[in-house]
Order: sequence, then structure tokens, then C-alpha cells
Amino acid sequence: MLVGHQPKDFLLAVEGLTVSFDGFKAVNDLSFYVEENEIRVIIGPNGAGKTTVLDLICGKTKATSGSIQFRGTELTKMKENQIVQAGVGRKFQTPSVYEDLTVFENLEICFPRGRSVFGSLMFQRDAAVRERVQEVAEMIFLKDRLDMYAAVLSHGQKQWLEIGMLLIQDPDLLMLDEPVAGMSVSERAKTAELLNTIIKNRSVLVIEHDMKFVEDIAHKVTVLHQGQILSEGTMEKVQNDPKVIEVYLGH
Amino acid sequence: MINSRFFNRSELIGFLSLLLLLAVILPFFLDTFRLNLVAKYLTYSFVALGLVMCWGYGGILSLGQGVFFGLGGYCMAMFLKLEASSVANTKIQSTPGIPDFMDWNQITSLPLFWKPFHSLTLTIIAILVVPTLLAFIIGAAMFKRRVGGVYFAIITQAIAAIATILIIGQQGYTGGINGMTDLRTLNGWDIRTDSAKVILYFFEVAVLFACIITAQFIRLTKLGRILVAMREQEDRVRFSGYSVANFKIFAFCAAALFASIGGAMFTLQIGFMSPSFVGIVPSIEMVIYTAVGGRMSIFGAVYGTLLVNYAKTMLSESFPELWLFGLGGLFIAVVLFFPNGLSGIWRDHVARHVDRLFAMRSSAARKAWANKSSVADGAPAE
Repeated sequence: MLVGHQPKDFLLAVEGLTVSFDGFKAVNDLSFYVEENEIRVIIGPNGAGKTTVLDLICGKTKATSGSIQFRGTELTKMKENQIVQAGVGRKFQTPSVYEDLTVFENLEICFPRGRSVFGSLMFQRDAAVRERVQEVAEMIFLKDRLDMYAAVLSHGQKQWLEIGMLLIQDPDLLMLDEPVAGMSVSERAKTAELLNTIIKNRSVLVIEHDMKFVEDIAHKVTVLHQGQILSEGTMEKVQNDPKVIEVYLGH
Repeated sequence: MINSRFFNRSELIGFLSLLLLLAVILPFFLDTFRLNLVAKYLTYSFVALGLVMCWGYGGILSLGQGVFFGLGGYCMAMFLKLEASSVANTKIQSTPGIPDFMDWNQITSLPLFWKPFHSLTLTIIAILVVPTLLAFIIGAAMFKRRVGGVYFAIITQAIAAIATILIIGQQGYTGGINGMTDLRTLNGWDIRTDSAKVILYFFEVAVLFACIITAQFIRLTKLGRILVAMREQEDRVRFSGYSVANFKIFAFCAAALFASIGGAMFTLQIGFMSPSFVGIVPSIEMVIYTAVGGRMSIFGAVYGTLLVNYAKTMLSESFPELWLFGLGGLFIAVVLFFPNGLSGIWRDHVARHVDRLFAMRSSAARKAWANKSSVADGAPAE
């Protein structure tokens, strides 16, 4: 199906990706392609290698072999901060925000300017920064809490703050690892709404267990099992795939 | 530069009271001997200030700051030693014009790396550049490889041990275990007189305040916030597009620079430099000063250094054998009961009353402060 396509046609082209930890292949000869403005959800049972795939793309884990092309640039050889600067943003599973800084400062740090040592010494909090922080804070429902320390936010608010921190980077590819895990029902609804606003003009790669949530947002679903692709396609197609039902959805 | 934006209220109080204490009260009440002791203590506060940047904010614990303190001190001492070793002063040596300890070690000409220290300008450049460069090399080697935390602390401690062994072993070039003694004049000005010591004290206080203002400036830039962010969530900083290693190298270099300036001041004040200020024990003591003062507090670093050293002098004058136990006990007490040191105690128990006092004086001021305090007072004052 994909023969004849050039990798450049895709935003992200993962080909033959393998990573082995002491002989255990967490991700085994994995290939998939994400198009511009696509929302791709990766699902799969525990230990299927979902988080490892995100780690490989953002450079946290180095691939044993294979290639990851982002807009034609090879990411496997780049450092984490260069990958971010190329336009890939990553949210972690547990909310990682800076608790000793205020919400404003958390967002400001992620504003994509003055990222070198001397750039950050010379960084000015000018109108452009303030406006952008305000704008993002409003999207993530935290505009009344800009002056609060992140430590006092609730779990859900911390998740939103981290999404906001990615948003302010304006990445072309946004990777979210279980964005609604541990959230209350009302927080989930708000997060879905938030994701639907932020996915405009960018591609999103999401790991999620909540099937209702996946159905709401996914354009295409990739099912991972033991480091390999079990099935790929629309939610409907995947749900009716007997292999998927056997290992995952049936349980 | 000192306005309400650069220092918030509690920091301004801290700054002004420290200035008052160091520039007015102490010189007025202390005799020259005691003032010289304070001057000696203050040289360590440069190191503590560096540790606040690097350890308190950046979370990088270095147990080898004595190396940088010593480098600065030795650079200064080399200049003073050369000046004291003029041909006229050393004509009884078998090779006149070289430092006495070289002559004792059968060295017959001045080694090449000593030559730049004939010039005061080059000496000052060396004091500023050499330790920073060494910190850069160590930092680049460690942080680029993601060595951090306890491992970094242990490696810096090993470097402190190596530096001591090197200095003691290379007696002909460094003066060995005795260090460099018998330093007399700075460009012809006798630094051993009482009046010179008082002038040097005020010079040191001025340099210290320049360093405090520099540290405060760094803290208030985005770089200062990135250091805090890095201490908490290193990966998040990395995945926000920053090279974490470069920021750590910067913090470590800044700490080394401050320590080196302190070391150079030490040599000027005390008139000698020896390996006993370089090794593991002094390096750890410097960390304790910072911990006692509060590792997050720029002013706390200075107060902590002064207090611990004052206690050290008092205790070792009366019970010399007890001091090390006292120091160890103090460190344990701080870690267990006052993790934020003196500045934490100040912030939690005293600052509130001081603020109330000010707030009572004008309701308008109180209103302005109430708006600001939730943001500005908490962390920065630490």
C-alpha cells in the first residue's frame, strides 16, 4: 500500500524502527506514517511498547536500528533539544511541571525564544511573551491562576499546564502520553475539548487507554502488540479486527 | 539598579541590612584583628554565594569548590610571591630573584607558567579565567555525559583530593604543604599594615556586593528560572528545547568564578595560601556554610558563612578538639530540622512580623503589597 510513497510526503515516517534492551526487543521493526494534521492514537496492552515509541521519536531513548524521518530530517541522530527545536513536542505520562515556579513562569520557559544560555540571560518578558502566555493560559483553563505556584494545582490542572507548555512551543507534531489518565469525568470532557482546539494545524500522536476518548478524537488508530503493529486503520476497522479483539479489546 | 523591581521588599531589607552590618556596624565596633577575621570569613561567602547559584538553584552539588577557591588564591599568591622575591630581597639564595621555596628545591630558573604572574593585569585575568575554564572542562566532561547528582559530587570531591596531592607533591612549583608564605606588597603597597587591612576589608565588601548583585541579576533572568526548573524536572527542560548540559556548565562556571574571587581575596587578607584551603574538608565546610545560611538564599549564604565561622573561631579558641563535632552536628541539625537554613527560619517565623510592621504603617502600601506578595515574596526571598 505504501510502496512508491516518498517519506517526505509524510510529516513523520517511522521505518524499520527497532530498539533492544539487553536483547529484549521493546520495539521490533516498526513502521508507520503520520500525515500532516492527522490525529493518530496508539493503543495496545501494557508493555506493548507505546511509550517507548514516543521515547524513540523524541530522542529520550536511542534506536538500535531503523529510521525516524520528520519532514525529511532524520531524528535518530539528533539530540533531544534539537528534536524539540525541529518541531516535535512531548508530554509525559505523569505531569511534569515546575512546582517551584508560577504558572506564568512555567509557560514562559517554554516560549520558543532565548533557548541558549546567553539567549536566556538576555530574554525579555515583552508584550509578545505576555500575550502568548495569556492566550495559552485561557485555552488551558488556567488564566486566573497565572500567579499561583504550580505546586498547588490539582492533578488535572497540572496535566493541562503541561499541555499548555507544549502548546506555547507551537510544535508541528505533538505527542501526548495518556493525557486523560487520572482525570475526573468533567476534567476528561474539558481535556477532549482542549485537544480538539489545539489539534488544528498540527499533527498529534496520542497514547490513550480510554476507548471512549480514543473514539472521539482519533482519525486513525495504530494497535501495538509486543513491539509490533497488530492492526492499523480507522477506529471501526481496528475494533472489528479479529486479531485485535483477541489480544486487546476482547478482554 | 536597586529598585523595587530588582529586589522585592524583603530582599531589599536583606540587602540593606547586610550592607549596614558589613560596611558600617562591624568596621565601627570591631578592632582591626577581629575585622580581619570577618574579612577572612567573608572570603568564604563568595564560595557560598556560588554554591547558592549552582547547588541551591541548579541542584548541582559540588564538593570541590575548594579547588576553585585555591586556584584564585594561588594565582594571587603567585603574583605577591614574585613581588616579594625581587633580586634585592633574595640575594642570599643560590638563584636570586625566584621564590624561596624554589631555591630550596634546587630549581634554578622561574618556570614558564609562573612568568605571567609578574603582571598584575595578567594575574587578575588568570584569577577570573583559569578557574572558570577548569570548571568548564570538568562541567563539559560530566554534564554532556549526563553525570549528575551524587556521582558529580563524588567526582568533584575526588578532584579536590587530587588538587591537594598535586600541590603538596609539586613542592618546587607550589611551595608544597607550607603553601606560599611571606607575601608582602601589592604593587609596592604593604598589605600587612593595619590600615591596609582595613582598606582591603572595604574593597572586599564592595566586590562581594558586586557579586551579590550579579547573582541576583542572574536569578531574575529566565536563566535563573531555568536553573530552578532543571533542578525539579530535568527532562521537562530538555524536552522544552534547552540543552540542560550547557545550563549546568554555566552554573558550575559561575560558582567557580565566585569561589576564585573569594580565594584571591583570602590571599590578600591573610597574606598566605596553602593546600589546607583546597582539599576535601574545606570544600565540605563551604557547603555547610551554604546549607546553614539557606541554600536558596543569596543573603543567607553570607550570613551563614559569618555565623558558622564565628562559632568556629569561638569554639576552637576554647575547645579546639570539639569544633569538628560541632560542625558535623550543625550540619545534621540543619538537614533534619531546617532544610532551608537560616533564611527558611527567617522567612517562616520572622518575615511575617516584619511585613506586618510595614503594612501597619500605611494601608495603601499594604494593599499594594497584598497584590504582590502572593507572587513575589514566596520563592524569591528564600
